[in-house]
Amino acid sequence: MSGLVIGFDLLLVAGLAWLAWQALFDRHRFSAVVHFMAFGLVMALVWVRLDALDIALAEAAIGAGVTGALLLAALGRLPATGGHSPAWRAAQRPLVLLALSTALLATLALAWVAWQLPRPGLAVPIAEALPESGVTHAVTAILLNLRAWDTLLEIAVMLTGVFLVWSLGAALVPYAPATALPGLPALTRLLHPLFLLVPAYLLWRGSHAPGGAFPAGAVLGAGGVLLVLAGALPWMHEPRRQPLLRLLLAAGLLLFLAVALGGLLLTGTFLAIPASMAGNVILAVETAAALSIALMLMAFYLYGEPGR
Amino acid sequence: MSELYLLLAAALAGMALVGLFRTADLLRRVLALNVLASAVFLLLVSMARTAEGVDPLPHAMVLTGIVVAVSTTAAMLAFAVQSHERRRRERP
Repeated sequence: MSGLVIGFDLLLVAGLAWLAWQALFDRHRFSAVVHFMAFGLVMALVWVRLDALDIALAEAAIGAGVTGALLLAALGRLPATGGHSPAWRAAQRPLVLLALSTALLATLALAWVAWQLPRPGLAVPIAEALPESGVTHAVTAILLNLRAWDTLLEIAVMLTGVFLVWSLGAALVPYAPATALPGLPALTRLLHPLFLLVPAYLLWRGSHAPGGAFPAGAVLGAGGVLLVLAGALPWMHEPRRQPLLRLLLAAGLLLFLAVALGGLLLTGTFLAIPASMAGNVILAVETAAALSIALMLMAFYLYGEPGR
Repeated sequence: MSELYLLLAAALAGMALVGLFRTADLLRRVLALNVLASAVFLLLVSMARTAEGVDPLPHAMVLTGIVVAVSTTAAMLAFAVQSHERRRRERP
């Protein structure tokens, strides 16, 4: 049995190394992007092997899905030239060899250090704090109660990213695959109930099992990108709906900030949630955060400000 | 078993660094940065398996890290795409 498990691990490691090699050094850009998407999917399997189910769910939806869609959309718009690495001149060869051997040495040093590092871990203190956090799943407790500050800042970083992308210009009109692929809008409508059902389930599950705001938002966002691609969301581009769109984009951050300030008023500590109401507050923040994360992933895909 | 994934993380980081500095193509650099981010995430989560059980703190860090990674990817790609569109509009 254990031989089979080790064989599976070796297969995963070899597959990942090969896919990463292809993604980094393949001559054709399209092939490199597709290999990177496959890399994301195999990576999700590795997260399952390492007992990180929350990460596996998010990686499958974001790493392989949304990042792949972003890369493919950019690939179609960037010029095909300029992908060739220059040929080395004779005088550069020693420098290139030096750089490559430095990278090899750094890799070996990293492997050795990672092997030697002590692993203190916080598993026991977190398990002790869990009953006061309002949820029974440790990762959700860390994200929304014990280390909520990190999550608050992370949503702020994501919103800043949307500001940056939108400030660069008007939204680019997606190449209409709806005319090239007549089946896409119909398929999107068929799949859409699933794209709503799965995130709702993941969100509810997050309080006691792997799931929660990040995987839910990622799956909802991946479905949303498919809707944008099929041209099924014309309201996002209407000028009179822009205030609503911006409010929904900021909803996660605003509710999180309101909870943080409420904690300051009630207990005297920023972001402290009273234990009696923690469960419900966390569920509300998670719902708003998942909606905002999904909309922000869709907003990235527009590559510019809609309605301009 | 997690030692195997530690070695993989180190190898991926080395490969991604070489790929990052070797190419002049923006899209490939974005790919290399994403592979580098995956290597760091793998390192963190492999180190989370301790003798006293799985430490959930690195899991939460990696979850936020994945979302930040997709945000930076989108920002970099938007810079590349919009600058190319602008150049094309000015010089048809």
